[in-house]
Amino acid sequence: MSATALPAPTGKEQTTHPAASFLASSIGRKVVMALTGLVLFGYVVVHMLGNLQIYLGPAALNAYAVKLREMPALLWGVRGLLLVSVVLHVWAAASLTRTNMDARAVGYRRRRNRESSYASRTMRWSGVILLLFIVYHLLHLTFGTVHPSFVDGDVYHNVVSGLQVGVAPLFYVVAMLALGLHMFHGVWSLMQTVGLSHPRYDRLRYAFAAFITAVVVIGNLSFPLAVMTGLLKEPASRKVAIHTAP
Amino acid sequence: MNLRLHVWRQRNAADSGRFVTYPAADISPDMSFLEMLDVVNEGLIARGEDPIAFDHDCREGICGTCGMMIDGQAHGPRRATTACQLHMRTFHDGDEITIEPWRADSFPVVKDLVVDRTAFDRIVAAGGFITAPTGSAPDGNAIPVPKTSADLAMDAAACIGCGACVAACPNASAMLFTAAKVSHLGLLPQGQPERYARVRRMVSQMDAEGFGTCTNHFECEAACPKSISVRFIARLNRDYLRAVLTGGGEPARVEGGAG
Repeated sequence: MSATALPAPTGKEQTTHPAASFLASSIGRKVVMALTGLVLFGYVVVHMLGNLQIYLGPAALNAYAVKLREMPALLWGVRGLLLVSVVLHVWAAASLTRTNMDARAVGYRRRRNRESSYASRTMRWSGVILLLFIVYHLLHLTFGTVHPSFVDGDVYHNVVSGLQVGVAPLFYVVAMLALGLHMFHGVWSLMQTVGLSHPRYDRLRYAFAAFITAVVVIGNLSFPLAVMTGLLKEPASRKVAIHTAP
Repeated sequence: MNLRLHVWRQRNAADSGRFVTYPAADISPDMSFLEMLDVVNEGLIARGEDPIAFDHDCREGICGTCGMMIDGQAHGPRRATTACQLHMRTFHDGDEITIEPWRADSFPVVKDLVVDRTAFDRIVAAGGFITAPTGSAPDGNAIPVPKTSADLAMDAAACIGCGACVAACPNASAMLFTAAKVSHLGLLPQGQPERYARVRRMVSQMDAEGFGTCTNHFECEAACPKSISVRFIARLNRDYLRAVLTGGGEPARVEGGAG
């Protein structure tokens, strides 16, 4: 047998840098999606748990905010990691979506789904909603740009007054429902993408994703609902103090 | 049984194609789906019309030649069943059935329901050969293979390459096919020497063919007539990651002399 019978290697890794060919490959982009998703998932859990301190009253929550600001290395390290993760996550999503749309230019007249879930089919939409929400949320409660009465450092006041007016609480509720769908599919899906699969443990992936998603969504939904139902309100004396502050 | 069929008719690759409705009269519930199409085609031929073109060969569910989208499902509504093994008793008298070819840019329509699946052949070819002694036959059981590995490899090797996974995938991804082909050799000792080079080359070819990427809908597993598990996709991801992280399968750097 001569060597000419062998198919010519068509892979591009011989000429390009391994990292570049990895990032160009389908699996490589999926792994970027999964790992950045893992970072964002971890942050969302910690963020929700930290925010639960709102139920301990204004002093506790504002003290927590001060504590975070006293650790600039951690604060800015996390912010940097989140920014990089969001950018890479969106890049991977856009790039993979384009590949997937190009793969079937002509669709079916009739299509029946058997195994996919509402969450899996709406990842793109829940993702877009979440991206818009993140921008809004930063302008609302971090920078205060779109907040009616933002007071730097008074986190409790900002949250409670910010969730009382207009469509803001509604947007928070919608975004958290989108987060639920996105997180449930994302959390178990990222395990499949990085190759974590075993007949004995596969059911645990769904159970874990469902549990952690429920915890985060219920925790996060409780804030706007607590404000809307009047469970969380500003102490009358404090309110006066804030409004008279220079 | 009497049925109404909405069938995709396309003269050739250049034709834009359209749906045409045909009645299918006096169909026996014991017929296979392809036999039902044969009956319709005989009527078309008798009337001097062009019969509906569809791929088929063994008609016993083992060759992977047949396949079409039947009412929005690859190979029709029955699990683990090819179109040729799908019987008309699955349907009801008076049903309207929409029949379409596999839709993926990597599977261009040749005619009517026939698509060109040579993209799959090129993925397999990219995998290359395994190093195996080609002299006399090896002794039986000379290479120990764990029973679980042999079973898993066999599960992967059950893939008949029909393309239902691509057809059913919302992204027209060929991950399940590629995963099955990568895994059945990757699980066996004979497949180890080229394991990482093979996974790199096959994934690279899969991407080059323009298939979509996996978003874990798992429609492929549901549509697969051989019920190939999406766990093989996790295995493919694992093998590919291991190849990239460890440099496995990269062309050897020439250092030092040949002595």
